[in-house]
Formats: sequence, structure tokens, C-alpha cells
Amino acid sequence: MSTKGKVAGIIANLVIVEVDGPVSQNEICYIKMSDVKLMAEVIRIGGKNAYVQVFESTRGLKPGTEVEFTGHMLEATLGPGILSKNFDGLQHDLNKMEGIFLKKGDYTPALEDDKLWEFKPIAKKGDIVVPGSWLGEVEENWIPHKIMVPFKFEGTFTIKSITEQGEYKINDTIAVLIDSDNNEIPVSMVQKWPVKIPIKAYKEKPRPFVLMETGIRVIDSLNPIVEGGTGFIPGPFGTGKTVLQHALSKQADADMIIVAACGERANEVVEIFAEFPEIDDPRTGRKLMERTTIIANTSNMPVAAREASVYTAMTLAEYYRSMGLKVLLLADSTSRWAQALREMSNRMEELPGPDAFPMDLPAIISNFYARAGFVYLNNGKTGAVTFIGTVSPAGGNLKEPVSESTKKAARCFYALSQDRADSKRYPAIDAVDSYSKYIEYPEFQEFIKENISPDWIDNIMLAKNILIRGHEAYEQINILGDDGVPIDYHQIFWKSEVIDFVILQQDAFDKIDASTSIKRQQYMMNKVLDVYKANLKFETFEEVNPYFKRMINVFKQMNYSEFESEKFNKFEKELQEIINERVMIDD
Amino acid sequence: METTAFQKIHTKVDHITKATCSLHADGVGYEEMATVNGRLAQVVKIQGDLVTLQIFSGTEGIPTNAEVVFLGHAPKLSVSDELSGRFFNAYGQPIDGGPEVDGNAVEIGGPSVNPVRRKQPSELIATGIAGIDLNNTLVTGQKIPFFADPDQPYNQVMAMVALRAKADKIILGGMGLTNDDYLFFKNIFENAGALDRIISFVNTTEDPPVERLLVPDMALSAAEYFASEKNQNVLVLLTDMTLYADALSIVSNRMDQIPSKDSMPGSLYSDLARLYEKAVQFPSGGSITIIAVTTLSGGDITHAIPDNTGYITEGQLFVRRDTDIGKVIIDPFRSLSRLKQLVIGKKTREDHPQVMNAAIRLYADAANAKTKLENGFDLTDYDERTMKFAKEYSEKLLAIDINIEIDAMLNTAWELLNNYFSVAEIGIKSELVEKYGKNKTQISQINTN
Repeated sequence: MSTKGKVAGIIANLVIVEVDGPVSQNEICYIKMSDVKLMAEVIRIGGKNAYVQVFESTRGLKPGTEVEFTGHMLEATLGPGILSKNFDGLQHDLNKMEGIFLKKGDYTPALEDDKLWEFKPIAKKGDIVVPGSWLGEVEENWIPHKIMVPFKFEGTFTIKSITEQGEYKINDTIAVLIDSDNNEIPVSMVQKWPVKIPIKAYKEKPRPFVLMETGIRVIDSLNPIVEGGTGFIPGPFGTGKTVLQHALSKQADADMIIVAACGERANEVVEIFAEFPEIDDPRTGRKLMERTTIIANTSNMPVAAREASVYTAMTLAEYYRSMGLKVLLLADSTSRWAQALREMSNRMEELPGPDAFPMDLPAIISNFYARAGFVYLNNGKTGAVTFIGTVSPAGGNLKEPVSESTKKAARCFYALSQDRADSKRYPAIDAVDSYSKYIEYPEFQEFIKENISPDWIDNIMLAKNILIRGHEAYEQINILGDDGVPIDYHQIFWKSEVIDFVILQQDAFDKIDASTSIKRQQYMMNKVLDVYKANLKFETFEEVNPYFKRMINVFKQMNYSEFESEKFNKFEKELQEIINERVMIDD
Repeated sequence: METTAFQKIHTKVDHITKATCSLHADGVGYEEMATVNGRLAQVVKIQGDLVTLQIFSGTEGIPTNAEVVFLGHAPKLSVSDELSGRFFNAYGQPIDGGPEVDGNAVEIGGPSVNPVRRKQPSELIATGIAGIDLNNTLVTGQKIPFFADPDQPYNQVMAMVALRAKADKIILGGMGLTNDDYLFFKNIFENAGALDRIISFVNTTEDPPVERLLVPDMALSAAEYFASEKNQNVLVLLTDMTLYADALSIVSNRMDQIPSKDSMPGSLYSDLARLYEKAVQFPSGGSITIIAVTTLSGGDITHAIPDNTGYITEGQLFVRRDTDIGKVIIDPFRSLSRLKQLVIGKKTREDHPQVMNAAIRLYADAANAKTKLENGFDLTDYDERTMKFAKEYSEKLLAIDINIEIDAMLNTAWELLNNYFSVAEIGIKSELVEKYGKNKTQISQINTN
């Protein structure tokens, strides 16, 4: 008998339910209004009252309405058919909902029960398996989607039988397992997992060390992120957070991209809906949408589902990681999720922490970031969930609870600067303020030395140093005046500007410039460092500015040209001539 | 919304605060409307059989034996073509002396559009103002506020944009409008001969502030009717959203909620997003575009209201007075239209994005040069040129009294660029310079003094 209850109080989407039996924290229940059922989650229990947050508007709800408890927490449905879907925060398929407007309580299934999948067994009869072991695979778009022993199982099992290659529906039994007590347990292609609990069906989670290419120069060349790494992008509005996230989702070297649009603008998700089915994924030649899943809880969708949306997204990412895939999870924005927690905490009249956020916010955020990571699976294969979240700091001030808590949890920090955005220097990532902790990892340094180049890390340090010195020189020039400083100050400032214009700035809307391969990044980095190292001669400071402007213009034309094309080489020659004009040969 | 015979009348009110009253009642739905001695009220909290009502016009003079009647529904608006040309108060009741609107009564603040059913906005809205069309191009289905100090002529600019924008319907949601501004809108709409395509919901400073909370939902429900059912392009003007947010904070305060930043309720973001996200491009061709006004205090955009607004809306238009030319301009640095990428260079000439960026970058250099000058340093030849350029750019393009086509704006921009700068300084893709930069003006003359 499942527990039942009756609505006893309503304050916005917080509903108090008087229950007649046992309930558990985070249990899901349905409020049975006359025409629809509203899904809700228990968030506090006091005596016979359960406080539930409703994932819908409670307009028209009356006290006395019956409530039915389900006996389980919010769960994700895991199986073939997740790729390319557009889900809401609770993993309901948005495309299956009818009509233009969202209807209350319109809960569509995540997967298709009657679709046939071509199943190929991997394991065989007699194999000893554990939760997460690969039993077989189906082809989902281009990904070999592994069918695994359900994560909820405990202990080891022997395969009694496994079905032959052929077409099956997700609920068909594809294998029968025997547990240590000789019980037979049938397994299908679909399983459920509570979203708030991490999936740990792996052997080991080492420190991540493999570079994840993003094609964005200021990230790869100056603040690289790794497969299984964590990063966050805080920035005031209008500094290009979303454009940056979209660039990452288009270009990042990952097998699967999950975009959690959490409390942000609907039109931004629409942009993905409209563009991703059209854009080619250069890695596979297929459409970008084929490797993308979207979880959309836009800002006008129910607030309580915002929190659920990031957990649902993370659970899907962990599921695909267990198949030995590289998953990139992008969440825009985690601040909206924190605000949803704040609204609820406020309605429950909890004592507030800083800025009225709940006291346990830092713990919630760091637990969530900890779910990312690079793992060795039980079969020795590797998988990764890379997580990059954006933060929308109130007033653009990073000394607010969400930014501060995230800074402690994430290893890469991409600071978007209002000044850079104002002067249209996009992407507006401040290369000096930003950091990547991974540069300090010996494992990562080793990886870069072997796979990219021995001097890559040194170049990063040098480039950052030039940027800092350039900024110092600029400040001196501003204080003392153009002619109050040695000409060298102008030169160092302009050499840092070369790095800024050529490496840092990148035109996300230009076909060629939008994404830069590592090889090309390396090439261009060496070019700008050559300029830095060249001993250039100027008679007066007035010569410096027009000279470097000319140089930067040619550099930019190179960035706009196909790498190593005729056009590219022509501009490169032109560039060399400009350098030669003023270079002094040391003897 | 008058009472009918079979409705139960309660006459025992337990608690009364400045804005709310509570009473025991059964079978009441959340957010249901009620009347308390004839004043409109809404259910905001239910605990057991104790129901708390928010009385929009305040509780002054409400007795403990007030007659309370529950109306059995959330706030509604009657929608039909008869709305056109009419003026209403925050409850959707006519204030122009005309008859009640005959139409289908819909609950306001209804459901959201399924994001997968939205269409990507792609139709440009031309306003003739270069500060908008050239630098911050607007698109149907967009939501964008003017950020302006209270002394800026934001209502005038907004009215001008609305009338030039060729919308099928213009719906004004006025919150805390002064009577003078209300009459300004009324006059300008009448004089433009556009009254038949305009609908107004107005709460003036003479009305109780909490009533304002209904205005945007009324305006947007009307907009949804015309956009969704009649496939029209609807422009919604909301002024002033700062006063709307202030009303939210009054209510939240009276409900004993813990305030977050700047005394605003913790739910401010969601409350504003719910409204602004009504902006939409429907697949059937209709659209709702929202242009709002958020007044600032001393240009401070870090205050919770403009800050949350900026995160919700698709850009913002900054209005300020340029003392160099003595005119009001759309500030190119702090203004932004996020959806412009969907149309510039696609629906407009291909050189649009680069010309726009080059001009703004040089305008920024002029600002640096100006700082140098103010600090008593000598200016270089380049500095001098940027400053001359900036002044002319401000006068010929940024000022809000400009009314020209977009191609003319681009040509003017090229002309200014060529007059003051070399090709390297302009820094635009060479193909575009060849195609548009050279033949549009006489031989480019670099001014060297």
C-alpha cells in the first residue's frame, strides 16, 4: 500500500500535505487535481505534515485534494533514445507534448516503448558481471550505446542467458542474471536511477590529465581544460556567456554534449533547436544535434524543476560516461538553480545565509561539481564527464555566494570582463584573471609534452606574463603620458596587444575564425611570440601605434583565412615583411 | 466581476494587515479572486481552512464583518477584437467611458509556450534610429528594455519606436504612469491616427501601487490573443518595470518574506522572467515583442532590478545625453541587442556586422583619447582623428532624432570611417572594404592634421 495524503496548505508552489503513512525525504508524489496530476517532491517532513515542492503552478489547487506517494525519489529513465532529445527538467520529452503552450501535468515519456533497436551482445553466458558491466550494445545515432547491468543492482551476478543479435524494444528482456542466492533476474535495455545520487559504476577516478580541445584560443592556448575537468564562467550580463557556451557545445572534442538550459532565456534554447540540426560536426560528418541532448527548463518554466534539471542532466552524463564515452555537460546557469533553492528555503521560513541563500549552498554546489570526472571503468576502458557551468553574479560582483562557492569547487575559472565586452573584445575572457589549475598537474604537463609540444606550457606562462607586463606599461603610459615613458613601454604594450588581438580575440560568428585547431593555435602562438622576441627599433613613440596596427590587421586577415591556404601564406609573407622593416639583428 | 446570487458570502474576517486579510473558508482555490466589501482581492496563502487574501487597493476601512465573496477563478480578461483602441485599468475594466468588452474571458498569467514549439526570431524591426537599427538591431519576438534615468525622455523614445515599428497591434502596459505621461501616450497615439491598433492598460500614480502587479499580465494576455489566435505581430510596451518590481517588494514585505539584495524579494528573477518570456515568435507567424522601460537610479545597473532584468531580456538600450552634441543618444557601449546576430549581415547588407564593430571600436578609442585630454596629456594625431570621428558619429548616427534606412546608415558609417582613418586602422575584412568601403565615397582621404 502506498502512502496517501491530503493537501492542507498552499503557499505558491510549496504545498503542505497531511499524510497517512510513511514518507521519505525527496520522495515523489502526485497531487490529484480533478483534471490533472501534479508532480511534486518532498523537501521537508514535520510530524504528519510533508512539505512538498510542486513542479507546476498551483493555481486553482484546493485544500483537501488527494495526494499519492510513489515510494521513490525523482528518477531518470536511462536507455537508448536519449540522444538528440529535448527534455524538460524532469526528463519529459518536450516534442511529444501537444499544442503550442505547455499544459500543467502533461508528463510525456522520456523514451519510446515500441521502437526497435538492433541489439548486439557483448557479454556471454557464464560471464560474471557487476552493476555497470556491458551486456551488449545498440547503435544510437553513431554512438555504440552500451546496455549495462542496472546500477541499482548490488553485488556480482552470473549471466544465465543473453539474447542473440536482433531487433528488440527497450522493455524486452535481453539477458537473465543469477545472483548469489540463485535468484533469476531479467534485465531489459532500460533502467532507472535517482538523479540526486551519483552513479559510481566505475573502478577508479584519477586526476584528469587529457586536454579537451575546444577550438577557443583563449581557453586551449592559455587556460586549458581537460576531459573530466570542471570549469565555470562567471560574468555580468552582456559579456557573452551564452555565445561562449554555444561555441563550446559546437566545437568541443566530446562524444556527447548535454546542454542544461537552467532558468535561462527560451530563445537561446530555440537557437540550439534551430541550428544544431543544420550544423555539421566536423568530427563525425553528421549533424551536431546527433550528439546533443538538451534539458530545457527555461526561466518561465516551473521554478522547482530547475534544481531537478541540472541533476537530471548530470545523471544522463554519468550514464553515457559508464559506456566509455567523453561527455561534456554545460549548465547555463547554475545561479538560477541556486535562486530556485533560495525561493524554496524562503517559503519554508528557514534561517537564511548570505544574500538570503540557504546555508548549505556551498556544500550543494561542491557536491555537484564532484560528480564530474575522468574514470577508469571496471573493464579498463575510460570515460569522462566534463562539466562547465556559467554563473550569473548579481551586479557582476564576484563576491556573492554562488560565485564564491563555485570558485572553491571548479578547477578552471573563465572570468568574463565587462571592460573587454564594452570594448567588443570577444570572447571577453580576461586571460590574466582566469586560470586553469590543470596546468599545475604533473600528469597534464606530461601529457602535453608527449602529445602536443614540449614548450607549450612555457609558452602559456610567457604569453600570460607579456599580457601582465603590457597592462602595467599601459597604466604607466596613462599616468605619465605618451612622451613621459621610454619608447620600450609603448613597444611592450603593443606586443601584448598583438597577443590580445591575434590569440585572445576570436570571431565566434566567422566561419573560419570561430574554431581553431590545436596545430593552428600552436603555430599562431609561436608567431606572436616571435614578434615579442624580435628586437624592433622605433625612433619616436608615434611610430609604434601605426606600425603595430598594421601588423595586427595582417594578423587578423590570417585568422580569417583557411590555415596554410594560399591566402594565409600571402598574409604571412606580408607579416614577415612588416616585421623585417624594423627588426634589429643582434650580434 | 460582480457577485451572483448563488455565491456564498462570508462575513467574518479574522486578521487584517495593511495589504491582506484572513478568514476561514472551505473549497477555495489557490490564486482565486474574491471581493472584500467590493474591493478585488486574490488568494495568496491557504493553511487548513484559513485563507489569506491580498486586497489590491489596500485594507483601509475594511471591517471584521466585511462581506467576502470568492469568485471561483483566477483574474480574467475578456479578449476579442473589441479590445482595439480601448483604454483599461489594471483589472481590465474600461476607463475610457466605453462599454465592457464582449469576448472570451481568459485567465491572465497563463501557461508558457513549449520551447520546442517556438520559432527562432528572424524578422527585423526597423525603427529608423541608427543607434538601434545599426548597432542594436531589434527582431520580432525579442524582449528588450530601455535603461534610462528618470530624467531621460524614455517614454517619448519608446512611443516613437512603437509607431515606426509597423506592428499590427501596440499594447501599452502603463505602471505608475504619471497622469501627464498617460495623456502624452493618449495624444501621440491619437495624433498618429493609430488608435485603432492600440490597446492600453493603465495604472497611474493615482491608483494603489499593488494594482500594478496585474497590468503586465493583462497586457500580455491581450497580446497572446492577437499573436496566437489572430497571427498578428504585437508590440507590447511596459513602462515602468522598476515601479512594477517596487510593488512586488511591497507585497513580499507585507507577507513577511526575507528580502534578498536591495530589499527585493528572492523570487524577483522568476517574477520578471515569467513576464518577459511571453515574448515569442509563434510558428504560425504571429509574434509578441516586448519593449520595456527600467528606470535606473543614477545610471546604476548593479541594482537588483536592472541587474535581474539584464539577465532575462535579450539586451538593453541605454539612453543618455551626449554633452558634446547636446542630444540624447543610444549609448553604443552599454547597449546591446542579443538577437541582432540573427538579422545583421543576413537580412541587412553583409558588411553590417563589421562596419558596426569597427565604428564602435574607434568610438571607444575616442573615449580613451578624451580621458587623456582631460588628464592634461598631449594628443596624438590618431587621438585627434578619433575624437573628430566620434563627434560626427554621435551626431549623424547615434542621436535618437535620426530617421533613415539601414543602407543609408551603413553608407554614412563608411563615409565617416574613410574620412578619418586608414584601411589598417579600420581593420575590416579586405573583401568588404573592396566591395562597400571604396566606391561608396570619393577616394578615401586620410586626414593627417
